[in-house]
Amino acid sequence: MTENLVEARGLTKTFGSFTAVDSIDFDIRKGEAFGFLGPNGAGKTSTMRMITTVSPITDGKLTVFGMDPTTEGRDIRRRIGVVPQEDNLDLELTVAENLYVYGRYHDMPRATIRERIDELLEFAQLTDRRKNTVESLSGGMKRRLTIARALINDPDLVILDEPTTGLDPQARHLLWERLYRLKRQGVTLIITTHYMDEAEQLCDRLVVMDQGKIAAEGSPSELINRYSTREVLELRFAEGEQDEAVLRLDGLADSSEVLADRVLLYTNDAESTQRGLHERGVHPEQVLVRRSTLEDVFLKLTGRRLID
Amino acid sequence: MIATLTRARRTVEAELIAYKRTWRGTVISSFVNPVFFLSAMGLGLGSLVDRGQGNLSVSYLTFVATGLMAAIGMQAGAGDGAHPVMAGIKWRKEFHAVITTPMNPGDIVVGRAVWGTIRLTFIMVVFTIIAGLFGAFDVGTALMAIPPAVLTGIAFQTSMTAFTATREDSTSLTTIFRFAITPLFLFSGTFFPIANLPQAFQWIAYATPLFHGVELVRKIALPGIVPPDVTTLPIWVHFAYLGVMLAVGITLAARFLDRRLRP
Ligand SMILES: Nc1ncnc2c1ncn2[C@@H]1O[C@H](COP(=O)(O)OP(=O)(O)OP(=O)(O)O)[C@@H](O)[C@H]1O
Ligand SMILES: [Mg+2]
Repeated sequence: MTENLVEARGLTKTFGSFTAVDSIDFDIRKGEAFGFLGPNGAGKTSTMRMITTVSPITDGKLTVFGMDPTTEGRDIRRRIGVVPQEDNLDLELTVAENLYVYGRYHDMPRATIRERIDELLEFAQLTDRRKNTVESLSGGMKRRLTIARALINDPDLVILDEPTTGLDPQARHLLWERLYRLKRQGVTLIITTHYMDEAEQLCDRLVVMDQGKIAAEGSPSELINRYSTREVLELRFAEGEQDEAVLRLDGLADSSEVLADRVLLYTNDAESTQRGLHERGVHPEQVLVRRSTLEDVFLKLTGRRLID
Repeated sequence: MIATLTRARRTVEAELIAYKRTWRGTVISSFVNPVFFLSAMGLGLGSLVDRGQGNLSVSYLTFVATGLMAAIGMQAGAGDGAHPVMAGIKWRKEFHAVITTPMNPGDIVVGRAVWGTIRLTFIMVVFTIIAGLFGAFDVGTALMAIPPAVLTGIAFQTSMTAFTATREDSTSLTTIFRFAITPLFLFSGTFFPIANLPQAFQWIAYATPLFHGVELVRKIALPGIVPPDVTTLPIWVHFAYLGVMLAVGITLAARFLDRRLRP
């Protein structure tokens, strides 16, 4: 039997009369990378904050390591690492001092912290920056330092709220690689993101959240198989021709989505669908054939795109 | 209790690391400010007061120096509870990071109070020695008045922390300094015996915290001082007032900071 590190049943968070997290259920297993995918305001951060015990739950049941966040917050926090959505490093301290202070907050002996700092700076590729103040770091370096800080106490569970938002592609790939490494070491990861490629890359299982609710749950490939087709045709039309063309697409694919700037046709056989377009005399300016992604799953489930 | 103090020590360690960088500026101001205050108020103004109809039982320099110990404690303490707390909550946000470790918001409050105690003690020792060099009082006796001056400061620090935790931005911090801290500084007996105030205002002074700090410092640092330069209230009343204020301050600061950091 696999052990669940986090269990939520009917988990709810309200702010005044507004429901940010609306009775959600999920289990997070030891050793997996679990994702929360959803657009702005879906309730991802609110959920993370309840798991990290820095936001009281309004209703339902939540356990972390089998403990109750309301009464055993300290003991839960001893075993987790937190990468918040917004960096909150101490800007006045140096890179190494930021790690040191957090080690002390975790009651670690000084000598252990010093060894750990060397390892973590190596891990975060910040060794040559150890004496710089945080203020002088780039965004990507700050993010890596925040992750290193979250690892100072050798946590069993690391919670990352949008770890790569605002980073350039190269910095994102470097971070992903570091997160893989953690996972291989057996650390359980919880990751929120609104990048579907990130979720596909990193997550063993994920939930798609929307307006405080869980819209779907599964592995990336399961979700794609269940909610989408194997391939997608993206059609772009010349200015003003899309509306007229859409009328002639009926029944051509398994399903379709009409967006402002393009039409998506979901099909398991892109070639025959493309032939169908010709036969009906539909001539888009541009046709792109691609695999289905979690973005399509989200579109299918909610009728909206992840990032507007 | 032991656990609380261990966690308070973590905050002190973190503050010390940051302090290593900024101590020069604060040390200079803790030397320079007393010299300015004591020369201007104690010597300058004092020469006028002592020559005039003033019937103080001690020199004006002595009177002001003891009052200033409590007043400086209040200002430093209130300052500690204002903008640095808003920074931890809102600007630099470091409190949000600290509470993801085993620390609770209450531990931050206690830790900052301990750190404030250390810092204020240092400021007071410097002040006492300088005032002693000015000839304001016997340094040995005045050192005994440092704990009450620090108590005054920490009572203000924790109460101000509670207030700051409920504020959205720093405009109301400026307001409270303008309309509470500054009037207290001027009218709590720091610069003249409150016996000189109309009776109604004396009653108001009894209700305010800095008055009790000032009285306590004077009664301990200057064993020979007599009414009307000080009131006839017993020492324990002042201690009780400040002790209750500190206890309420810590309790409310912990509660309000918790609400603010863990919505
Ligand atoms: N402290 C708060 N007080 C009031 N409302 C809040 C508070 N925190 C969050 N909310 C609201 O709860 C909803 C969910 O917010 P949350 O931050 O959990 O979303 P999210 O999925 O993390 O979004 P994003 O991708 O933008 O980070 C939002 O509508 C937000 O305005
Ligand atoms: Mg968020």
